[in-house]
Amino acid sequence: MAMLEVEDLNVRFYTEDGVVKATNDLSYRVEAGERFGVVGESGAGKSVTSLALMRLIDEPGVIESGEIRFKGRNLLEMDEKEMRELRGNEIAMIFQDAETALNPSYTVGEQISEAIRYHLGLDEAAARERAIETLESVGIPSAAQRYSDYPHEFSGGMQQRVVIAIALSCDPDLIIADEPTTALDVTIEAQILELLEEIATEFDTAIQLITHDLGVVAEFCDRVMVMYAGHPVEMAPVEDVYYDPQHPYTVGLMSSIPRIGDDRDRLQTIPGRMPDLIEMPPGCNFHPRCPYAEESCTRVEPPLVDVETGEPADPINSDAQAAACLAHTGELSGELDYEVTVRGEDDPAVPGDAPSSAGVSDR
Amino acid sequence: MSLQRFVIKRALITIPLLLGISLLTFGMVHAIPGDPIDFITLFTELDPETEMEIRAEYGLDQPVYIQYIDWVTSAATGDFGRSIITRDPVISEIMERLPYTLVMGIMAFGVTLATAIPTGVIAAYYRNTKIDQASRVFALLGIAIPNFLLGLLLLLVFASWLDLFPILPPTSQGIVSYDMLVYTLLPAITIGTGSTALLMRLMRSSMVEELDKDYVRTARAKGLPERTVVQKHVLRNSLISVVTVAAIQVAFIISGSVVVEIVFSYPGIGRLLVNRVGNRDFPVIQAIVLLIGVAVILANFVADVLYAYLDPRIRY
Ligand SMILES: Nc1ncnc2c1ncn2[C@@H]1O[C@H](COP(=O)(O)OP(=O)(O)OP(=O)(O)O)[C@@H](O)[C@H]1O
Ligand code: SF4
Ligand SMILES: [Mg+2]
Repeated sequence: MAMLEVEDLNVRFYTEDGVVKATNDLSYRVEAGERFGVVGESGAGKSVTSLALMRLIDEPGVIESGEIRFKGRNLLEMDEKEMRELRGNEIAMIFQDAETALNPSYTVGEQISEAIRYHLGLDEAAARERAIETLESVGIPSAAQRYSDYPHEFSGGMQQRVVIAIALSCDPDLIIADEPTTALDVTIEAQILELLEEIATEFDTAIQLITHDLGVVAEFCDRVMVMYAGHPVEMAPVEDVYYDPQHPYTVGLMSSIPRIGDDRDRLQTIPGRMPDLIEMPPGCNFHPRCPYAEESCTRVEPPLVDVETGEPADPINSDAQAAACLAHTGELSGELDYEVTVRGEDDPAVPGDAPSSAGVSDR
Repeated sequence: MSLQRFVIKRALITIPLLLGISLLTFGMVHAIPGDPIDFITLFTELDPETEMEIRAEYGLDQPVYIQYIDWVTSAATGDFGRSIITRDPVISEIMERLPYTLVMGIMAFGVTLATAIPTGVIAAYYRNTKIDQASRVFALLGIAIPNFLLGLLLLLVFASWLDLFPILPPTSQGIVSYDMLVYTLLPAITIGTGSTALLMRLMRSSMVEELDKDYVRTARAKGLPERTVVQKHVLRNSLISVVTVAAIQVAFIISGSVVVEIVFSYPGIGRLLVNRVGNRDFPVIQAIVLLIGVAVILANFVADVLYAYLDPRIRY
């Protein structure tokens, strides 16, 4: 049994314009200590998925059905009090925009130690001490002094470290990091990712990293789920996705990985836009944008299947590469015809040995 | 900058403000048409010698700027001269009535805050429900109804029909008596209703805005109970924009007291002011207007300090 198992999760927003199907029969798992990546364009349902794990979906949203099992217990059956005991304690969250995620009128120290006092029952002084230690462990210099500073007295990168310190303060087993570096510039982004990496290793914390940048996933994650319109279109260990993507959408995402000196808007590189989640295109949701789309794609909804066998995938129990495209169910007459070129091994601008930059040429 | 330094800096700014208000008060009273001497003598013909004497007594023979300096320096020591009408020292006339107005004003402000903030919070938390709509209707009525009408209505219902209060204030017992304090509730509510309505809606919109902010989600994600999230995190930030407007309400409460004191035959300085305006009792008028100005400046000072206390970003 994995630490976190999400099964057939359906989140809906009942808006005036109609029902937004933000996640559709979403299933995945995160093992203890694992680094799990969730990738997808804006609106794919990444944040909704992570807020659902915390049961923090706001009106007009509801978790309509499914199970979220954390250490074997279904979160959706817990009462609010049990849920509060998990939040910030066993499952913690890091938000995208640190500046707005912090309360401007309390000191950063107070914002860290309030969770410590609440969850671990420490008194004022002990909580303070632990908060200072946490600030040190996220690399904030002279942590004892900075404890009493307000968020606006920190730079953007330091604010994000504070947000990470809040998440880390009660030693959680799972950290959900929702685009933790999107608001930061590239050098700071690298530092923050390095910090998350250290934390994951040192505390053996599982991290669900949400991003729309496959490059970040490639450096950081063990396994990855590529989301489109509220459900996974590809799920596999990161090398498989990286060297041998099996879904046209993943391929499109990969060609939009930025290269040094390239400041195109990354999200615009796949032509077209995410479909309206109120009224989704029939068949494969991706067909209006897919270069390989055929007539059958507009009729048949491709299930997530094991790309080797074509059998329905089991994302909760299996590691096999899975994709949701008719090419893998034998219902596509043509072939997915692309070539993946991976660059980077001898690229001096790329640290480490992970492939961090790839290009896909579409013949 | 520490809060302490901010307070000192802000306190220094009040000095030119106080000078300005004193100049304005003095200038205003002297701009009233008519020669004060006529009101002192009740329009009787005087021989030039007596007139000179009277002018000298009130300093009216001096150039205006000397009159101002004399007035300010003695005012600073609490000496506002003597009333033209009663010939009593102005300060003792004011001191006799000030406690009534102060108690009424503080009560009005207290009632305002004690109802506006909790109801605003509730309206925000249950936004767009029946509760919120009810608060909106009450707010509209509260803002629309003139003070004198509300005062008369309260008197009619609570004093005349229900007989819970006397029609006239039980003045003989002094302000620090149970009967008088209870009676003061009526004018206090009358004055406070408009401000309550305004502050309640402001609190609501400020709170609704804050509830949508990211830090609220952070606080919830820490596992804090909803009460803590709202009362500790959201309330404090919502109050920041309410504090300034609340301070301005002090001015409205003071100016409202003038009319309300008349409706309730309340023995405060507002009624004194109205009585003496008719008689051009300029030493009394000047003193009361100055007092009101100082009170407003003080309220703003307190508001700014509170504002800085609540929002650490202000101190920079
Ligand atoms: N409060 C809400 N009301 C209505 N629809 C919502 C609400 N919150 C999210 N949605 C919808 O749910 C879908 C998924 O949103 P989500 O925020 O999860 O996207 P995301 O993948 O995190 O995108 P991004 O990269 O922009 O953060 C979107 O289509 C969005 O319109
Ligand atoms: S099913 Fe068809 S439209 Fe969908 S991704 Fe595969 S080829 Fe493209
Ligand atoms: Mg998001």
